[in-house]
Amino acid sequence: MQETTANRVAANATSSFTEHLQRERPDLMPFGQVPFNQLAAAGHTGQPGAPLQVPHGTTIVAMTYAGGVLMAGDRRATMGNVIASRHIEKVFPADQYSVLGIAGTAGIALDITRLFQVELEHYEKIEGTLLSLDGKANRLGAMVRGNLPMAMQGLAVVPLFAGFDRPAGFGRLFSYDVTGGRYEEQEHHAVGSGSMFARGALKKLWRPGLSEQDAVAVAVEALYDAADDDSATGGPDPVRQLWPVVYIVNRTGAFRVPDRDLAAVAGRVIESRAVAQREA
Amino acid sequence: MTQQFYVSPEQLMKDRADFARKGIARGRSVVVISCRDGIALVAENASPSLHKIGEIYDKIAFAAVGKYNEFESLRQAGVRYADVRGYSYDREDVTARGLASVYAQSLGAVFTAEQKPFEVELAVAEVGQSQEADHLYRLTFDGSIADEHGFIVMGGQADKVSEAVAAGWQGELDFAGAIRLALAGLVADKETTTLPVSALEVAVLDRGSESGRGTRRAFRRLEDPDIVALLAEEK
Repeated sequence: MQETTANRVAANATSSFTEHLQRERPDLMPFGQVPFNQLAAAGHTGQPGAPLQVPHGTTIVAMTYAGGVLMAGDRRATMGNVIASRHIEKVFPADQYSVLGIAGTAGIALDITRLFQVELEHYEKIEGTLLSLDGKANRLGAMVRGNLPMAMQGLAVVPLFAGFDRPAGFGRLFSYDVTGGRYEEQEHHAVGSGSMFARGALKKLWRPGLSEQDAVAVAVEALYDAADDDSATGGPDPVRQLWPVVYIVNRTGAFRVPDRDLAAVAGRVIESRAVAQREA
Repeated sequence: MTQQFYVSPEQLMKDRADFARKGIARGRSVVVISCRDGIALVAENASPSLHKIGEIYDKIAFAAVGKYNEFESLRQAGVRYADVRGYSYDREDVTARGLASVYAQSLGAVFTAEQKPFEVELAVAEVGQSQEADHLYRLTFDGSIADEHGFIVMGGQADKVSEAVAAGWQGELDFAGAIRLALAGLVADKETTTLPVSALEVAVLDRGSESGRGTRRAFRRLEDPDIVALLAEEK
């Protein structure tokens, strides 16, 4: 009797908000509520010919620099050939020392981001310490894995995760595939529809030991190149005064780069391209 | 065959209440003070890791006296309640009043239905935009809930400590002043006039966390060097 009570208490003791939600309020989970076959029965068959029309977020770039890591995302969401949003933000602080960017189905991605933010804060409050960076990266992988049934219906979410590893003293990058596979990336990485072009730009622009200012300029220029060739990625918009969302993470925490700095950086990129008067 | 003796409900409740009160009075006191800068939570606690004070949500903190395992399970339940509520509605929909009423119901249920009542007393504090918007709730072992003004003292020789804090409390205190006042209260039932910093657990709910530190999470635990620095400030 004594032992079963003790076992029950131990089994119920969880520091994970996701586990708690799965147990107590499964209806609130962003994924896994609709069984696979029901989704198909509801009219969406998952055939390539009939993709569900929902907003998709596009390009995210991330790179290491001398003091930590940086992540930037463009501001466009698309729905087929239509621009669904010009203002969407796709890079978020996950906690004090990490950020995540999301590409893929915007609605599910935003909910997974929110769940991930609460997950990290919940652990911190219950345990009284921060989760290790690898622990955070693994939790995010488990969430992406949880979304696999939806991904197979065409509603995939692919995040990019970056954080400052405090014990090690440097910034680290993690990418994911739709099955939740977690891959640590070196130097720089990009995800989303414009990632091919952004990665090409990063290969030429990135160099070891970039200063914070230079890293912001490299990120904005890489997104500019992605927007140049990918119709689903939005470039800097001087008309509406819209600039990419850029976060830097260093030893002191995660900070958003203010819009006026980004306006200046984007202005310089546009100016340098205009002066050169070249096709690309 | 054994036969149960008849015990009147009055006697039963009285016995339970006496039992809980005795347990709570055995511990050391906790002081929660609302002041100009926010809310200061000060506990006499020799352990640096087994906390009596904790963060519940953006603007809400928790303080407790009594049995550690009992209030720790209540603290974790509170964090879960707040996080689920904030996740399903919105962060601003999590209030101290809602949390305190859940605590009151669970304490009340345990007091009447379980083998023994919880030997704990809780404070739920919520920092507002201005001092008038601060909320302090006191919850006792039987599920009673009280909306307090200015400060809360719980546990140990609460009467003596409370007298000392009441004598010095004013709304204009800053954090350093509030912590000094709490210390003056905590030594009121002792022969010494001061407590070592290592015997203290101090946390604050910072009213200006958004403008000052750029975070919506107002709760901040003060480490020993922070407390020394704060107390060394000019009066």
